[in-house]
Amino acid sequence: MAQIVLDRLAARFTDGEILESGSAHGDEWARVRRDAWIPVTMFLREDPATKMEMFIDLTCVDRFGMRASPGGLNPHGLAARGPSANPSAPTEVPTGEPPRFDVVLHVYSVSLKHRVRLYCGVTEEDPSVDTLVSVWPGTNWFEREAYDLYGVRFKGHPDLRRILMYPEFVGHPLRKDYPKEKRQPLVRRQAGRD
Amino acid sequence: MGFEFHTSSLKAAVNWARKFSLFQYPFVTACCGMEFMSVAAPKYDIARFGAEFPRFSPRQADLLIIVGTITERQGPALRRIYDQMCEPKWVVAFGVCASTGGFYQNYSTMPGADQVVPVDVYIPGCPPRPEQVLDGLMLLMDRIQRGEGHSQIAIEAERGYDVPLAAIRPIDKMGTLGGSPNPPATGPAGQNPSGSHAIGPTGGKP
Amino acid sequence: MDTHDGPLVPPQNRRVVLGFKEAEDLDAPDLPTESLPLNMGPSHPAMHGTVRMVLEVEGEKISNVDIQIGYLHRCFEKESESATWTQVFPYTDRLNYISPMLNNVGYALAVEKLMGITGDIPERASYIRVIVGEVSRITDHLTCLGASAMELGAFTVFLYALKAREWLFELLEEVCGARLTSSYLRIGGVSFDLPEGFGPKLLDILGRTRIVMSDIGKLLDRNRIFRDRMDGIGIITKEDALAYGITGPVGRSTGLAYDVRKDHPYLVYDRFDFDVPVGSVGDNFDRYAVRVEEIAQSMRILEQALATIPAGPFMVNNPRVALPPKSETYNSIEAMIAHFKIIMDGVHVPAGEVYSYTEAGNGELGFYLVSDGSGRPWKCRVRPPCLPATAVLTKVLPGLFIADVVPTFGMINMIGGECDR
Repeated sequence: MAQIVLDRLAARFTDGEILESGSAHGDEWARVRRDAWIPVTMFLREDPATKMEMFIDLTCVDRFGMRASPGGLNPHGLAARGPSANPSAPTEVPTGEPPRFDVVLHVYSVSLKHRVRLYCGVTEEDPSVDTLVSVWPGTNWFEREAYDLYGVRFKGHPDLRRILMYPEFVGHPLRKDYPKEKRQPLVRRQAGRD
Repeated sequence: MGFEFHTSSLKAAVNWARKFSLFQYPFVTACCGMEFMSVAAPKYDIARFGAEFPRFSPRQADLLIIVGTITERQGPALRRIYDQMCEPKWVVAFGVCASTGGFYQNYSTMPGADQVVPVDVYIPGCPPRPEQVLDGLMLLMDRIQRGEGHSQIAIEAERGYDVPLAAIRPIDKMGTLGGSPNPPATGPAGQNPSGSHAIGPTGGKP
Repeated sequence: MDTHDGPLVPPQNRRVVLGFKEAEDLDAPDLPTESLPLNMGPSHPAMHGTVRMVLEVEGEKISNVDIQIGYLHRCFEKESESATWTQVFPYTDRLNYISPMLNNVGYALAVEKLMGITGDIPERASYIRVIVGEVSRITDHLTCLGASAMELGAFTVFLYALKAREWLFELLEEVCGARLTSSYLRIGGVSFDLPEGFGPKLLDILGRTRIVMSDIGKLLDRNRIFRDRMDGIGIITKEDALAYGITGPVGRSTGLAYDVRKDHPYLVYDRFDFDVPVGSVGDNFDRYAVRVEEIAQSMRILEQALATIPAGPFMVNNPRVALPPKSETYNSIEAMIAHFKIIMDGVHVPAGEVYSYTEAGNGELGFYLVSDGSGRPWKCRVRPPCLPATAVLTKVLPGLFIADVVPTFGMINMIGGECDR
C-alpha cells in the first residue's frame, strides 16, 4: 500500500542508511541508521513521490528482555537480547547485539494517503538521537515525552525537560526495569492528623 | 445544663444551616467530572440539596469535592487548596480514584486523596452513578448535622470542648451510621451498654 | 472635571488619560514594564480537566505561555503492560472519557489487526461498533460545546447539552450497563447484543437531540457576545495542523480535509452516506461550527446504520478469542478450560507490531501495539489526538488576551485522560 515509500527510500539512500525494511499487517516500516535520522525524514517530507507532510506519532520501545519468538528472532529480525547483568557498566556493545531502545516515528501523507513507520535503534549506553523538531515542529512534545518516560535524549531539542512527570521525579518510568508501583510522592499528610 | 441545652440546640441549628447551604469547590480532574456534571444537570439536580453554586475560589467554598484521580504531581496543589479553605470545611472523595486510587496502582497515581487531605465521605464508583453521589451527599449532611466532620471536630477540640474522637460512631452491622451519640465503653466492636445495637436515628436523642 | 464653558468637545477628541498628560506617553519607550507570570493552575474552572498554564502577561496580552500537562498521568502504558489484552479495555475507556466507546473501538480494531482477524468480525458486530461509536461521538461534541459555552457565560446551553447527553447515557446504560465507562467491546466483537427496542429508542432520542441542537443554535450562532469572543480568535493554520499532526474537528476547522472514516474507511463506514464538515478560517467559531455539523452528520450515520443493521452473531467464532457461552462453560470441560485460558492467560496475540488508527472524537486516535506473542501487551501506545492540538497552543496563545484563553482552550477539547494518559 505504501510500497512506493520504501522503494523511494531504497533508491535514494544506497549507503546502508536503511538497515532493513518490510511490510507487516498492512503497515510498511523501515529501520534507519542513527546518523541518517534527519536526512531520511527530511527526504520523506520533501520528496514529491512520498510527501509526508503530516507528523503522526513519535515514541520509543524498550526491548529489554523481550522474549524471542520461535526461530530465535524477535519481530524485526533482531536476535533477542536478555537483560544485562549491570545496565550501567560501560561495556562495549558487541556487534550484532540489537540496541535496547527503538525510537519509532509514524508519518503520513494527506495528499497521497500513505504512511510509514520508521525505527531508529538507540543503545542503552548512548541513548541519544537527533531531534526532528526542524523537520516537523510537532515532534517537540512527543520527544519530551520519550525523554521523560524512557530517558532517550534528543540532540538539539530546544526544551528537553519532563512533560508528564514532575521535575523532582527520578528515573524513567516506562523502562522495563522501573517497577510499576514505585511511587515518589511529593507530599503526604501524617496519618490521623491534618 | 441549661447552657449546654442552648448550645447544643444552637449548634444543631447552625449545622442545619450549614448542611443545606454547602458551597462546593469541585476539584475536577478526570472522568468522574462527567458524572459530576450530570449530578449538577437538571435530571439529578444537586441544587435541590442546597449545594448548587460552585465557588471557584477555595476562600469562598466550604465543601471540597475531589472529583477524579489525584496524581502525585497534583498533590501539592490539592493540599494548598485545602489549606486555603476556611473552617469549617468538609471534603468528599468522589469516585474510587479519589478514595483509594481505583484500579490505578502505579508510580503516578496517589492511592486516594486522603493521603494529603482528611476526607469526610468517600463515594465509590467508577464513575459513581448520580444517585450514589446524592446518597453520599446526604451522608455528608448527616455528618454535618451531628457535627462530626473532621474540621468541625478540630474546631471543637481547639476551643477546648471535650469532644473525643470516639464521637465518630462505629459503623454497625447494617453498614449505616447508627448507634448512640455517646460512645460505648467497650469501643467500636463492643455492644452498646444499653444492650442493643441502635440502627438508624435513636429515639429521644437530639 | 471638565468644565463646559466652551464648545463641547466630542468624546473621541478628548484625551483624558489618568495620570499622564498625553495619551502617547503610554507607549513611551522608557516607561518601565515587566511581564507578569500568571498561573492558570491545575485546578481552574475553565481548564477542562487539569492542565497548568503559566502565562507571561503584559497587561492583558499574553506574551508567552508554558503549558504543563501531566497532572492526570495515570500510566496507561505501564498498566497495560501488566494487564491481559482484554483487561486493557477499561483503561481505554478512561482515555477520552467523554466518548469512551470510540476508544474501545480503536483498541479492539488494533488488536484484531495484529491478530489478523479483522475480516472475521461478524457484520452485526461492526454495525454495533459503528452505532455505539457515533453515539459516543455525539456525547463528546455535546459535552465540549456545553462546557465551553458555559465558560463563556451561556449556562443554559450547558444545561440543554447535558439534558441531551443524559438521554444518550441512559441508552448506553441499557446496552452495556454503564453510563460512562462502558468497556463494551471485546476483541473479536462486542460483549452483549443490542437490547430489544434499541432502534426506536435511539431514533426518538435523535429526534429530541435535533431539537436541542436547534435550540442551542438559536442561542449561540448569532449571539453577539458569543461571536465576538469566538470569531477570529485562536487561529490555527493548515500548515501548523500538518506539522503538528492535528486532526479531527480542530484539524478540519483549519481547512485540512482529513477524516479517517472517509480516507481510510474501517468497520462499515464506507456503506454510509455522510459528509465531513471542513472549516476555512481555523478560529474558535470554525471549531464550534464543525462540531455542531458533525453531530448532525453522526445522526445521519446512525439512522442509516439502524435501517440496515443485519441480524447475526455479535462475536467472532474463534474459540481462542471469544469466551464460550456461559451454559457451555458450566457444563462442558472443554469450554471451561477455554474460558480459563482466555481469562487467566489472556488472548494470545502473535508477535509483531501494528499501528491502527480510527477517527475518535478529537481526531486520529492511533494505537501502536507491540506484542511478544504472549497474552499481555509488550507495549500499548496511544497516539493521543488532543496532544498536538494542545501543543500548538504554545504558538497560538501568545498575542491573545487572557480572556481568550478560555474559549480557545475549550474549543481545542483537551481531555486530560487522553492527553496525559
